[in-house]
Order: sequence, then structure tokens, then C-alpha cells
Amino acid sequence: MSIAITTQIICFTVLSLVVLIGALGVVLLESIVYSAFLLGGVFMSVAGLYLLLNASFVAAAQVLVYVGAVNVLIIFAIMLVNKKEDLKPINDIKSRRIISTLICLTLLSLLIRVDLTNVWNLASPQNSIGEESTIRIGEHLFSDYLLPFEVASVLLLMAMIGAIVLARRDVMNKDISTGLPVDQELIEKSSEPLLTNKN
Amino acid sequence: MEYGLDLEYSFNEFLKGFGLSSEIAHIIWLPLPMLLVLVAAVVGVLVTVWLERKISAAAQQRIGPEYAGALGVLQPIADGLKLLVKEDIIPAKADGILFTAGPILVLVPVILSWLIVPFGQNLLISNVGIGIFLWIALSSIQPIGLLMSGYASNNKYSLLGGLRAAAQSISYEIPLALSVLAIVLMTNSLSTIDIVNQQSGAGILSWNIWRQPVGFIVFWICALAECERLPFDLPEAEEELVAGYQTEYAGMKFALFYLGSYINLILSALLVSILYLGGWGFPIPVEVIAKFLNLPINAPFIQVFTASIGIVMTVLKAYLLVFVAILLRWTTPRVRIDQLLDLGWKFLLPISLANLLVTAGLKLAFPQFFGG
Repeated sequence: MSIAITTQIICFTVLSLVVLIGALGVVLLESIVYSAFLLGGVFMSVAGLYLLLNASFVAAAQVLVYVGAVNVLIIFAIMLVNKKEDLKPINDIKSRRIISTLICLTLLSLLIRVDLTNVWNLASPQNSIGEESTIRIGEHLFSDYLLPFEVASVLLLMAMIGAIVLARRDVMNKDISTGLPVDQELIEKSSEPLLTNKN
Repeated sequence: MEYGLDLEYSFNEFLKGFGLSSEIAHIIWLPLPMLLVLVAAVVGVLVTVWLERKISAAAQQRIGPEYAGALGVLQPIADGLKLLVKEDIIPAKADGILFTAGPILVLVPVILSWLIVPFGQNLLISNVGIGIFLWIALSSIQPIGLLMSGYASNNKYSLLGGLRAAAQSISYEIPLALSVLAIVLMTNSLSTIDIVNQQSGAGILSWNIWRQPVGFIVFWICALAECERLPFDLPEAEEELVAGYQTEYAGMKFALFYLGSYINLILSALLVSILYLGGWGFPIPVEVIAKFLNLPINAPFIQVFTASIGIVMTVLKAYLLVFVAILLRWTTPRVRIDQLLDLGWKFLLPISLANLLVTAGLKLAFPQFFGG
């Protein structure tokens, strides 16, 4: 076995372990902040797996989009509403857990079945495109995948308009919890004025 | 444009002369450029810290460091030693794991980005095909480290600093990436080597700064904002936030932040010089000089000479930009957070979008000047 293949196997094992353990941690850990940071670790290791598959552009895009944008925004949101809150215990927690376990197991068996029955069209190392994949992805995005690409951009536009409507002052000019008028000039200002009006 | 000087090849041949297989030779070669670049980055930081001290002193009509070595050149080393031997404190109510992981997450992506910085045709660690895109992706990891250390410190100033850092780097990444995209559009490649070669046609006249003046300014502003340099140093604004996310840090963990921000500054300056100022290119192309002096361009001593000129030019251009950044830091006031976000979203973003559109149009209209 050559050194390159050994390195690949070691990298693959480490990355898969990080993905599996990290994903379990995201679901099972009590602290939401830890979950969010672990999610970033999982995204990074998935990017590493792409890198092992010679898809460096996809790996970099994964890091940029999932770690740099999605995960940062998740953590950002968690920290902005960093409220210590005692959640009420749910009564029928057991039956809920059983149902969700069943659904997850069904999904898992479905995925395993797809994995076993599908004939995978594996590229041999000779005809893998490697660095050329950037150009290939671009060509596909602007020819046969043009419609999904454009539809995704419409989706993003809708999300953006929604965010702007939510953030606009004349739509939401009252604090939801206290009912006081809100000055949203600076996101860091507290919702109540620091010095209460004397008059 | 393939030049003869290839250190990796000659090194491998040299080792094979001792009877080693090519795989072993490759493994021995691998860490060498990485170590070299790491050392270069740290030495670059020492030089920048000294420059910062001296230039800030000059801007404020002081003398600055004077006793540690001639003109105080040993002052940064003294600073580093002091940080090394300081006690490593983790506050009692801080979150130990995240508190330690934060600074590492800030520093590692910055150092990894040096992978793509070329000092010559073959003088870089790896000519990866995604080149400059790798840097954009890696620099987007940094805010996670900042948020992490801001949160783990268990201090409201730290948390505010971390939040500001994340908001700032998310807002300025977009115009940054768009102005890089205009360059990539002209080069037809993401590789930093191709970007420099594309500018090497007619010396100083073919540098991208003449074809992308708007992109150059947008990129420089965004790079300063990404490095959290004044006028954009809100995440660590001393007067409002003590020191932002670094407030609770001491000793080597603080030094990691310090190192990270200076390495990032040098990296940004290097990338500006690669993207807009012709990288390792001399203002007059070396081939023209060699032809004028009737020297063969492929002779070994000419190769060594051009390689050293390449390194000197890259470093010189980068340090000119570092000088500008330091001058800006000590002569401009800080912007407010709303001004910062306004500048990013309402000014730089539309301008860089328009720049991209105009570049695409010009590329179609004048393919010989703007890359075919």
C-alpha cells in the first residue's frame, strides 16, 4: 500500500468519526451554544470529505456557505437572544421520543436501501476531472441546471424581502414583549431608554 | 510562461541521488515550504510590529522604541518574550474549552491562507486550482473563533466585541468577494499564479490597478475591515468595549490574537499586491531587461536573479501597503457601528456589483485589454 493511500484512509477515518460524533453531539448536547459550534465542526469535516474526493471547489464552497455564513448566523442569533430560560417539561415526552425514533429509523433504512440497490457510477482515477470541476460546475449551472439555479435565487430574494419587512421600523415599531416604542437605530441599544423620561 | 527554476524538482532529484525513493523524497520536501512560510509570516509580524511602533511614534511626534537594539528593532521580540512568559489565566466563570479553542480558530485559517501566496512562478506552497477562492472561504471561518472567544469569556464587553466582529466580517466579505470576482473574470482562472501572469505583459502598465481602480479601492477598504484595523476596529474599540473579545485574555492566548491580526494584515497586503499590483512582477518586465542586456532568460544565474527580484518586489509592495495601513490607523478616527454597516451594505456592495457588471461588459467589448 503506498503512502498516499494510507494517508487517505487515515484522513477518511478521522473525518468520518468527527462527522458522526459531532453530529451526535449536535443533537444530544444540552447546551445550545455547544451544539451550534459542533455543527460548524461537522460542516468543516464534510468539507474535508469533499476534499478527499478531489472536489476542492465544492469543499471551499461548503466552508464559505455553511461555516462562514449559515453557522455564523446561527451562532449570532443564539448569542443575540442569549436568554436563560427554564423550559417547561413536556408531558408526553416518551411517546414523542418513540415516534421520532421510528421516523428516523425508517429514513435510515430507506437510505441504506438506496445505497445497496443503486448502481453507483464511480469515476476511475484516470478520468476524474479534479481541478477542472470548477469550470464543469459553471457550465452545468448555466445550461441544464439553469432553472433550479434561478429558482433558488428567487427563494433567497423572498427570504431577503421577508427579513427586510421584519426589520423595518414602521412595520415593527413596538417591542413585542413590553409594547414600548423601539428605536432601532443601533442594534446594540437596549429596547428601553437608559434614563427614564422625567416628564 | 514556464520558468526553469523549480526548487521542488531539484530537491527531489538531489535526494534521489542518495538512493531514496521519490515518495520519501516528496515527504521530506513537504514540510519545508510550510515551515519557511510560517517563519516568513512570523518575521513579517515582527517587522510590522516594529513599523507600527515607529510610525505611530512619528505620527505623534514621539521617538518610539529606542533602547532595545538599534532603533529599537528588538522591541517586538521583547514583546513576544514577555507574552510567552506571562501567566495563562482562564477566568473562573469562563468556559474553558471554548475559551482555549477561540484564539486557535482565529489564527489557523489565517496561516492556512498563506498556502496560496506566490512569491514567484514556482515559489508558493501549492498552486491549488481554486486559489483565491480558498482564501475567501478560509477567511470566513475567523468570525466563528471570534464569537467563540467572545461568548466563552463570560463578559458583556467580550460578547459585544465578538458580535461586532461577526457582523463586520459578514458584511465586508461580500464586496470583497465581488471585487475579487471581477479580477477572476479578467483572468479566466482562480489561481493566484495565473492572476499574476495575466498582469505581467507590459510591466507596470498592465497591472490590474489601472483596469480595476474601483475594485482596488473597494478591496483595500474591505481588507482593512476584515483585519479589524482602524478606522474599522470596532470589535476591539478600547474606549467603548475595553478590548472587545480579547478583554479576558492574557499571555500566549492573547498573543495568538495579536499574531493572528498582524499575519492577517500582512496577508491582506500581499493579496492586494498580487491581485492589483502585479505580484512578483518588476515595473519593467524582466524579460525586456534581459533582452536589452543580451542575456539568455533561461541561464541559471538569471533565474536566481529574477526569483530574488520577485520575492523582493512582492514583499516591497506588501510593505508599502502595510505602511499605508499603519498611517491610516494612526491618523483616522473610528467609524460608528451604524456608519460601518451603512458603508458596507449601502455603498461598497452596490459599487462592487456595478464594478463587476462594467468589467463583464468591458471584457465583451475589449477582449484584448480585459482578458478574452
